[in-house]
This record gives sequence, C-alpha cells and structure tokens, in this order.
Amino acid sequence: MIKFAIRFTTAAALLTAMAAGAHAGPVSDPLNSPVWNDLAKKTFGDAEIVFDDRVKVIVPDVVENQAQVPVSADARALPNVERLVVLTDLNPIQHVLTLTPVAAKADAFVSFRLKVEQGTPVRAAALTSDGVWHVGGVFLEAAGGGCSSPAMARGDSDWTTTVGNAQGKLWRNADGTARLRLRVRHPMDTGLAKDNTPAFFIEKLDVKGAGGEPLATIELFEPVSEDPTLTLSVKPQATDASVSVDGRDNNGNIYRSVVPASWNQSALAAPRAATR
Amino acid sequence: MTKFNDDCDSDRRRMLKLAAASIAVPLLPVFIANAAPLTYTLTPQKIGDGVWMIAGVQEAITFENGGAIANITILDSKDGAIVVDTGPSRRYGEQLATLARDLTGKDIARVYITHFHPDHAFGNQGFDVAKVAAPDGVIKGLAAMGNSFSDAMYYIARDWMRGTEIVLPSKTVTEGVEEIGGRKLRLMPRAGHTASDLAILDETSGTLIAGDLAFLDRAPTTPHADLAVWQTTLKELGDIQCRLLIPGHGPADAGKRALTQTHDWLIAIQEIIERCFNEGQDMPEAMQAPLPKAFEGMALARYEFTRSVMHLYTKLEAAKLPSVGAREK
Repeated sequence: MIKFAIRFTTAAALLTAMAAGAHAGPVSDPLNSPVWNDLAKKTFGDAEIVFDDRVKVIVPDVVENQAQVPVSADARALPNVERLVVLTDLNPIQHVLTLTPVAAKADAFVSFRLKVEQGTPVRAAALTSDGVWHVGGVFLEAAGGGCSSPAMARGDSDWTTTVGNAQGKLWRNADGTARLRLRVRHPMDTGLAKDNTPAFFIEKLDVKGAGGEPLATIELFEPVSEDPTLTLSVKPQATDASVSVDGRDNNGNIYRSVVPASWNQSALAAPRAATR
Repeated sequence: MTKFNDDCDSDRRRMLKLAAASIAVPLLPVFIANAAPLTYTLTPQKIGDGVWMIAGVQEAITFENGGAIANITILDSKDGAIVVDTGPSRRYGEQLATLARDLTGKDIARVYITHFHPDHAFGNQGFDVAKVAAPDGVIKGLAAMGNSFSDAMYYIARDWMRGTEIVLPSKTVTEGVEEIGGRKLRLMPRAGHTASDLAILDETSGTLIAGDLAFLDRAPTTPHADLAVWQTTLKELGDIQCRLLIPGHGPADAGKRALTQTHDWLIAIQEIIERCFNEGQDMPEAMQAPLPKAFEGMALARYEFTRSVMHLYTKLEAAKLPSVGAREK
C-alpha cells in the first residue's frame, strides 16, 4: 500500500515535471521527500544535480534491526567518480558517509550498515569529474528508533578493552580489483541516545596499499552502525602483500589495521576464487 | 511508540460521537463505511476428537491480516478448553477466548504459550492470566523483548493492536505429562527456533503441537534461532509417534513433511549464507543469492531468506573474519 502510494506520487511528480517542461528548471525529487531541496542545497551548494539510475542504492525490503540496516551504494556504472556521498533525508543526522576513491585505485562502491530513526529516503550522490552530482536512491521503510537507542556496547562493561579491535579480509577479483571487508569494534554513539552518551564515533578511515599509497578515504558520521562493517573495492599494486587501514575517532583515538592479501603470501596456498 | 489506552480510546469514541452528532445526516454512512471493522475471521478446523486448529495466513505480518499469521490450537477437556497460543493482539485473544468457549461449551481451563514471538503471545489479554502457562525461558523472553516487539507490531498492524499490552504467563511449564480434564498432555520445553520453545504432544488424540519448531509450505523464521540446537530438536520431534503434527505456520501434517521441510530449509540457507560470506559478499549481495528449486512453492521464501541473512551474517562476521588490527595504545 505504502510502496504503491510512493510509486504513484513519484509518477505524478514526474508527470508534473514533464508537463511543466523539465528542461527549464530543477527536476522534481523522484522520492518526493519534504526536505530534499534543503538537504541538496546544504550538501551540494549550487553544483549541478541530476537524478541518475546508474547510481544504485540497495536496502532490504524488510528491516530487522533499525540500528543495523544493510545498505550498499554503487556508482560503478559511472565513469570518473571523485566522491560518493550517502545521505538519509529524514534521519536526525542526514550525512552518513563520504567515500573518496583515489582515481584508478578504488571503485565508487561501498557497502555498510546504517541506523535509521524513521522511514527515510536513502541516497547516494556521486560527483563526477565534470562537477555534476549524480543522485540515486530508494525509500527505506522502517519503524525507526535506531539513532536514539544506546549502543549495545553501553550494556557491556568491558567494551573499552575491545574498542578498535578490527577484523577483515581481502579477496582478489578477476578484474584485478580486491574486495576489502573490514569490521571495527566501536560504539559509534550518535549523541542522541536516551542514555545521554555524547557523540563518539570513528570519523575517518584511510585505505592504503602496502607501500602507503592512498587508495581511498572514507569519512564516517554518527548514522553508521555500531561496529562499522564496510565492504570496499580497491586496486592495490598486484604485488602488494597487504592493504592497510588507518582510522581515527572524534576523541582522537587512532586505529590501525593491516589486512593481508592472501594471494601474495608465499607461505600460503593458491588464492581462492574471487567473486566480483 | 504511542499506544491507545482505554481512556484515550473512549475519549476518541466520545469525540467521534460528538462529531457524528454535529454533522449533517447524509454524511454519516460515509463515516461508518470508512471505519475498519477490526474483527478477525477465526475459522476453526476440526482435526481430531475435540481438537481444532485455527490456521494463520501464510503471510508476513501486515496491516491487512492484522498479524493473524500463526496457527492456534484449541483442545476440549472435561475441565474446559485448552488453548495453545493466543495470537497477535488483544482483539485476537478476546475473539479466541470466545470461540474456545463456544466450541467446547465450557470455560478456559488452560492456555499454553509455545514461545515469545508476538504472533503467538500477544493475545494473552483475552484470558485469565492465572490460566496462562509457558516455560521459564518464554516468560523471560517476553519480558525482555515484549516492548520492542510491541513497537514493531503497532507500526505494522496499527489499529488491530489497539489496547494490546504485554501479559506475562503466570504459570511455569516444566518437562512432564500434565493431565487436564481427561486429556494427557506431554509438555516438552525445548529450544532452537528461540531460546525457549514448547512442544506439546496431546497423547489422548495423538496430536503434536510443535509451535514454530516446525513450519510447512512457509519459510521458517530465524530472528532468535540457534540453528544447531533447532536441528537437534527437530530430530527428537521426528522420533515421536503422532497422528498429526500442527506446525506453527502451515497446514496440519499427517506425515513428516513439516519436520523434513524445516530441516531442509535450515540446512540450505545456512549453506548459502556461509558460501556468500566466504566469497566476500556483503549482506545486500547475499540477499539476492538464488534459492534451491525445492523451495519455489514455499510462501515467503525470499522474504525469510533476506531476514535470515541479516540474522546470521553479523554472527559469521564476528566469528570468522580474521583479526587485523587494534587501537593504538
């Protein structure tokens, strides 16, 4: 019912835009969000914005946990993406993360988990080298409360001993890219929870090749779920034995991880078949 | 989440009456036509001597179905009706109690709750709490998780939930045979679908009431499941001689289909999800993995698989991704 209504209003909005001569003015938001115009202005200033189906956001049809909603943002169908920004219109904190892939060193793709305070559009905006923001997105149905619930770690007396502990793995893909999956223990407190814990979250992760060459940077904000679990597609040197990830939270803690490339460890067996 | 309590409900009704009185008469029928009846259609199927099953629809909980998706069992006894599970809401529980009295011509002797999920335990208000019994783990689970279930139920089923509050069973069920009004019930507190699941064998009629330990032609749900424990329990239930098995969801089963299908599904989804994880996929990709042909006719297969990915993936990540770093000291 709700989905139908959204589709219907989207179609109506598009028809209205077409009737009015869409070329003349800004295109109506396909998700018909009440805050999109303000959010776009705040995020992109006066830059050109186009709604573009090549920027894909995938969320599940059903939300099991409002504090851990799996999301993937994928602009790999666009050439020369310099930045990929994930936004949630109706979250109290709208900016979720920004991925900055180094040219030819990482793909415009990130998969992670999101807190949602209520049902909201989830968008990905990809900035291409011509200065245009390409925006794609979906409406996520959710009961909400994910941003105002205390982190699970706050019920765990020894969380300080595990904060920053990282787990991860690299997979080699047929196209020469490497898939990086990384999980870092961190409460990612929004500062909005009922327990009055101030905001405490990982702000930045720098992904580098074995020789320290930058591959990608991710800026994280409060809506990224507790124990951030990220999936990226990076392109280290073919001979790199590892990828490192250096991170920092808003309290100045430094986190360092080194994820081995199993196929470049001579002591290990031949690499396993990769996915994509 | 706001719940309409009785005061607010009756205030609303008073307001509506005032509003109705003050508007022109021709508008009144429109008013009535737009009000949802909020009455469940409970159709008892007689499946044995003094045994009825009220089949839940093979759907996810929606506003349209009011959450009436779980199977409910009513047993007749000399001492009164025995009801297993109470449905998703106060309204459902109240209608169910009336139905049980009508079918048996007696009052309610006992209510058993098979596990703490809202589609099975949110109708408790329809019954005298002194008669409501469940294993300790069910009571504890409902106490711990009831409010968050309630938020979700009010969000999805909306007006059907009006006035629904969590009522904890007052009697604790333990392993053993209980005789109620000439009916011998073997009570088997087990686990797997959740941390505490009650299976009941009515030895008098040979009916095994499996709760959500068994599903049939509807994909099993896993939000609180321990798959290894569930398999052990399924094996044990398979060894029990019975005439008919009533699964938590799906038609009554005179053979072993429900147990076999539940077993096969759990094995299959675990294999698929572990393979996706081992290949480096993240959840949104794993959710799109093809499902075996055997489950094509199963209701909600993709939906429950998607949910199971979310339930199982984080456990795999925590347990299986190698350690690669720490906080700089």
